[in-house]
Amino acid sequence: MAESALLELASCTVRFGGLTAVDDLTLDVAPQELVSLIGPNGAGKTTVFNAIMGVYPLASGGIRLAGRDIAGLAPHRVAKLGVGRTFQNIRLFKGITVLDNLRAAMHQDGDYDLLRAAARSRTWAATESRLEARAMELLAVFGLEARAGELAGGLPYGEQRRLEIVRALATGPRLLLLDEPAAGMNPAETQHLMGLIRSLIERYSLTILLIEHDMKLVMGVSDRVVVLNYGREIAAGTPQEIARDPAVIEAYLGEPVH
Amino acid sequence: MSTPPAWSHYLPRLGLYAGVAAVLLLVNVGLPRLLNAYLLQILVFAACNIILASSLNLVNGVAGQFSIGHAGFMAIGAYMSAWVSVAYGKTWLAPYADQPCGPLVVSAYLMGLMLLGGVAAAVGGLVVGLPSLRLRGDYLAIATLGFGEIIKVVLLNVEAVGGATGLKGVPQYSTLFLVFGAAVVTVAALRNIGNSIHGRALLAIREDETAAEALGIDSAHYKTSAFVIGAFFAGVAGCLYAHYTQFIHPRSFDFMKSIELVLIVVLGGGKLRNVAIAAAAVTFLPEGLRQVKDLLHLQTDPRMVIYAAILIAVMLLRRERVLQAVLPRRKEGASRG
Repeated sequence: MAESALLELASCTVRFGGLTAVDDLTLDVAPQELVSLIGPNGAGKTTVFNAIMGVYPLASGGIRLAGRDIAGLAPHRVAKLGVGRTFQNIRLFKGITVLDNLRAAMHQDGDYDLLRAAARSRTWAATESRLEARAMELLAVFGLEARAGELAGGLPYGEQRRLEIVRALATGPRLLLLDEPAAGMNPAETQHLMGLIRSLIERYSLTILLIEHDMKLVMGVSDRVVVLNYGREIAAGTPQEIARDPAVIEAYLGEPVH
Repeated sequence: MSTPPAWSHYLPRLGLYAGVAAVLLLVNVGLPRLLNAYLLQILVFAACNIILASSLNLVNGVAGQFSIGHAGFMAIGAYMSAWVSVAYGKTWLAPYADQPCGPLVVSAYLMGLMLLGGVAAAVGGLVVGLPSLRLRGDYLAIATLGFGEIIKVVLLNVEAVGGATGLKGVPQYSTLFLVFGAAVVTVAALRNIGNSIHGRALLAIREDETAAEALGIDSAHYKTSAFVIGAFFAGVAGCLYAHYTQFIHPRSFDFMKSIELVLIVVLGGGKLRNVAIAAAAVTFLPEGLRQVKDLLHLQTDPRMVIYAAILIAVMLLRRERVLQAVLPRRKEGASRG
């Protein structure tokens, strides 16, 4: 698997002063695989995302995307290489429209410079209509096309979560990092989200790394699950294997009662 | 299949361009016959303020980078171009004074100077834009304020441009055609930039820089470019201002001028059209209020009190729209988990 892996984390360590948030983590994710990162609060799951994106530097170890070393690259460079992400606490561009959220995400597809923009050149017009068509198409796939003209901050919570996924997809990523996409959703919304996430992999040939606390969702969608505790991997395997792993049960529930 | 040439894209708009040019020409010829010098000057100042405020809006309103040193960029453009005119321009253009082609030569010369002043100010914008990459909100505001003051103090002490006595004898080359034309072009260009990938990248940075970066937006590049573009247009306005008033002084571009521009952007709520309207209103209002003293037969002039009261009332009545995007925000860092 290592040879064809899309994402390779090799002995990654992230430290904040004396605290080791991610400790010697090694993880390979194959193309079109869905791997979930689970673990108690503070286990370092989001830090793994931030390390992949280049928000935090690695103290040691390496990160490769499709064979290319991306450790130490700025977040916008990592994003341009094909990594999209959503955030634990939704980070939409709330004061602009839903459509503009997507068009902002598509800005790498823009192929005109400032002067052409200022003069409304032909390239500007062609690019803009292309971007708008693509954005509307994406919104339609996610049932948000009626919201295109509304301010993103005005959407109901569940739709904001969905829009954040659409916005990440709008960058055309190969790898999607989803940080607790089901947080705050009711069971019906979570169920819908589960189907959506699986369909993304097929439709956009995506590879997904998922952080989630909702075990039903994790067990239902994951190909593999990696369990972190205090920044270390304590277990990894298929959802079935993880559900039976005593180390995982202990990390989540404390010592088993006999 | 051959693609039509690039210019053909502009054909449908030729009528619009011609119409705008015709109106500007009419204004250029007609207004000086209708209005006295005082009213003309207020109109020119209003146009300059429209250019200045809409360019500041790109930095403050669109990109969300709170800058209060915009008058500094205006000063660079004004002094750069005025110095060239005083030192060389007057001599170069003297032979054309009585020729029929004179006005055209002068206009072409001034357009060159607008470009020069704009580029000089843009270099200043780059200098200020770079620290903006490390500073946010209040801290950035203080840094830009410091920049504006540095420009003023430097100009006060450079004898080649008149130092503390100001720069006199700047030829009056600015015409209504050029001043209003520049205002129209500036507003149109900035509106178009706003409605492009560049403008949306700036909006994204204003809304959430961390998320913008995660979408591949190079926030350092875009923030710097906002300062550079904003400064460029401020420099153009400075050039037009200097070549209309014929006398410039470092104090014309001090902190109060920067604050006036921030005020206009705040009143306009960060929306370009409203900013342009607010720019005109803020220019006219204090002048219009001069009448109050005479009308009411007062001993002292109450205009600044009334002016301030109106501003407070507007702020209170339109609070949501006014404050929308323009005031500095503190942003949280990336969350850990």
